[in-house]
Amino acid sequence: MNRVMQMWQAGLSLLLCSNVALADWSALNMRQGVTEISQRVYDLHMLIFYICCAIGVLVFGVMIISMLMHRKSLGVTPATFHEDTRVEVAWTVIPIIILLVMAVPATSTLRDMYESSDSDLDIEVRGYQWKWQYTYLNEDPAEEIQFMSALKTPRNEIQNLEAKGEHYLLDVDNPLVIPINKRVRFLVTSQDTIHSFWVPDFAVKRDAIPGFIHESWAVVEEPGVYRGQCAELCGKDHGFMPIVVHAVEQADYDLWIAEKQAEAKEVFNTVGKTWSKDELMVKGEEVYLQHCAACHQPNGQGIPPAFPSLVGQGIAVGPMSGHIDILLNGQAGTAMQAFGQQLNPAEIAAVITYERNAWGNDMNDMVQPKEINTMMASE
Amino acid sequence: MSAVIEEHHHDGHHHGPDKGIMRWVFTTNHKDIGTLYLWFSFLMFLTGGVLALGIRTELFQPGLQIIQPEIFNQLTTMHGLIMVFGAVMPAFVGLANWLIPMMIGAPDMALPRMNNYSFWILPFAFGMLLSTFFMEGGAPNYGWTFYAPLSTDYAPPSVTFFIFAVHMMGISSIMGSINVVVTILNMRAPGMTLMKMPLFVWTWFITAYLLIAVMPVLAGVVTMMLMDIHFGTAFFNAGGGGDPVLFQHVFWFFGHPEVYIMILPAFGVVSAIIPTFARKRLFGYDSMVYATASIAFLSFIVWAHHMFTVGIPLAGELYFMYATMLIAVPTGVKVFNWVATMWQGAMTFETPMLFAIAFVILFTIGGLSGLMLAIVPADFQYHDTYFVVAHFHYVLVPGSVFSIMAAVYYWIPKWTGNMYDETLGKTHFWLSFIGVNVTFFPQHFIGLAGMPRRIPDYALQFADWNMVSSCGAFLFGFSQLLFLFIVIKCIRGGKKATDQVWEGAHGLEWTIPSPAPYHTFTTPPTSMKEAHG
Ligand code: HEM
Ligand SMILES: [Cu+2]
Repeated sequence: MNRVMQMWQAGLSLLLCSNVALADWSALNMRQGVTEISQRVYDLHMLIFYICCAIGVLVFGVMIISMLMHRKSLGVTPATFHEDTRVEVAWTVIPIIILLVMAVPATSTLRDMYESSDSDLDIEVRGYQWKWQYTYLNEDPAEEIQFMSALKTPRNEIQNLEAKGEHYLLDVDNPLVIPINKRVRFLVTSQDTIHSFWVPDFAVKRDAIPGFIHESWAVVEEPGVYRGQCAELCGKDHGFMPIVVHAVEQADYDLWIAEKQAEAKEVFNTVGKTWSKDELMVKGEEVYLQHCAACHQPNGQGIPPAFPSLVGQGIAVGPMSGHIDILLNGQAGTAMQAFGQQLNPAEIAAVITYERNAWGNDMNDMVQPKEINTMMASE
Repeated sequence: MSAVIEEHHHDGHHHGPDKGIMRWVFTTNHKDIGTLYLWFSFLMFLTGGVLALGIRTELFQPGLQIIQPEIFNQLTTMHGLIMVFGAVMPAFVGLANWLIPMMIGAPDMALPRMNNYSFWILPFAFGMLLSTFFMEGGAPNYGWTFYAPLSTDYAPPSVTFFIFAVHMMGISSIMGSINVVVTILNMRAPGMTLMKMPLFVWTWFITAYLLIAVMPVLAGVVTMMLMDIHFGTAFFNAGGGGDPVLFQHVFWFFGHPEVYIMILPAFGVVSAIIPTFARKRLFGYDSMVYATASIAFLSFIVWAHHMFTVGIPLAGELYFMYATMLIAVPTGVKVFNWVATMWQGAMTFETPMLFAIAFVILFTIGGLSGLMLAIVPADFQYHDTYFVVAHFHYVLVPGSVFSIMAAVYYWIPKWTGNMYDETLGKTHFWLSFIGVNVTFFPQHFIGLAGMPRRIPDYALQFADWNMVSSCGAFLFGFSQLLFLFIVIKCIRGGKKATDQVWEGAHGLEWTIPSPAPYHTFTTPPTSMKEAHG
């Protein structure tokens, strides 16, 4: 083993001699992290690593000595011994003892990681292809903060058209913000495929599984910016959905949360609340006249064939999902635009409800801004 | 009945192979079929290797260069599938075909026609699998572990062909292993008791049982996928009352024994080679047999160590951790046995021995990282990073693959009647040895530093060692062309091999002429003295 290691190390440091980072071996080991648990995991890792090294040195040492001394070219005659019960018992029992030495701290660390006492803050972490959604659970839905967090690294850096920034691939638009010294519980789930929420500095890795919620927690001891990545293959952009957590002092957290809650409240009052059908119809007519009537005409009859009629035919009397889809995403190759970018969820929900129930259309259904909102968020 | 056989015997047909391509298509001869398996596996090894070099080229530097993410995922997936099912497994079946009858003094495998059929399914299975590259939506891109729902609701349309290909491979494997079991149980020469069988036969015997037990589980899991995709069931869909984690349980119930399917025969090969070149009897034959059996048994009850992060309750995590750690004990017994066999031997270092010693060292490194992975709290940090990639490549490349190469060098003089070129063989060894370590050793560091696996692009702190790893991969990959050259050269000629071939070799295969005649042991051997070392 030593011979092997030295050989390739020597060869490769030549190859990379220009590189300073090579000297920094700590960057090549597991991170100690910033929670008590992560530190214990690190210690456990080092313990088992040293034990493995010791076993390696012993076994490979004996092999190397044997390879040097017991060669035919030295004129030795082979021994004839075989099968010795004492030796065999020893090399069965000693490993078992070593395993016990490893199992004890492993068990206690694991128990503590699984300990589920009350948390100070609950955050739902939801994986999407290919970004994360964070929801700060709150008893009052009006104050619930929810946002998406996606990769911020510019496409040009990935395509090698621009120099790569310091946090290449590890930067997001909206980081998760948590207070230090508080027990933060992550409730991890997924909207589509399996993802895995991993922040190495917290020693937190939890698979995000659609239809199930699993929890994990962290008490972060130092303020700072901590970066992680999705750890389970989740499709095309699996490599491009990092996690960034800002751990801040309680006072800073309070400021941030107050501001976010105010925003949330405002959104809630338009999007979050449950609208009655009449409210939707009133609002819907307003939106229709402003944005749709130019083409589809105030009476919904349109100007076929360029602008189809919405009365008694087509999407307005078809399945709801198709109707929503066309409104949000437009119809390629026609004048129908993607209104998902132009209108807010309340406006979209209202106008869809209006189209399905005006001018003699009698679908007798409606859609809530809330639903549109989640659909838009997941796109 | 015996009169018929007599008559057939006089046709002359019985003595040699048919001529031309039909010899290979219709052959029921264990040596021919062994050869077919080995060549097929080598072809797959090169195919999977080309895919791997595609991966390593993209990972040479950060940024996306030549391979876009959707293609990258197809490369990693197909690389894994082809190496596991196309390269390693068929190579061991090829070795089993060539060697088991010769080692137990049998004239052929017990079920020769089925043997032909098991092989000839494979080219079609892999033809179908590879054709998915040209289908709309591309080849499988959900990893060789094909977790649902990525492989069901979110899969490209080619998934159906993938499922069918897996079924065909499964049928092939099951038939192949039934053949091995039946041959070993019924065709041993008189006096060849079970505890006299060479370890290669023993390890394959146990492997065959593993295969028969778990290939149907694999067939089950892909069938459930098929149902989910096409027939409206929801086994793996929580929305319909199913559970994506169920997929992982079923898959790994197959998957963990599968990894031992790929290593147990390797144990057998190494246990044959080391005593030969140490000129000393294997230290503990009985304990090797028992260790193999216990590993096989344990391999059924540790599967969830691949799933420590899915949210298994504490008691479950602890159980699977302890059970997994326990595997280290019989594995250790194996390693210590090999070392004790070398100790105070009179060793020479021909190519097979070099590969075998490298196997012991590098496999042990893989076993030690496996032990680290068993420790659940640490595995939370290791899981799905390059540390795992390093672990399983250490056990599979310098493990299984090196053992296959060792076996080829060791037995090829018996197969062809010619010695291979020793200098070239040693060159091949050293290039592979350096290549494999340069490729995979740094991956331990990259993984610990936090690089997830299965990503086409990575953060800047991982750049240096990825570059090193890619260089090693090219060295290793191109060295295998030398292997091809050596094998072809040996088939075409070379120093004539003696019947004994290796001074210290024991076993029935060394009592027959080199090259081994087309039919061997048509009358069973009488002396079992030579059975194993
Ligand atoms: C002492 C023996 C071993 C132990 C304790 C062990 C343990 C483990 C553990 C715990 C994992 C899961 C790591 C993770 O995903 O977080 C793993 C992965 C793996 N091991 Fe081992 N292992 C051992 C030997 C082997 C052998 C002999 C092979 C095959 C020849 C093997 C092949 C694999 C493969 C292929 C994977 C990764 C599968 C995947 O996720 O793609 N291991 N091993
Ligand atoms: Cu396993």
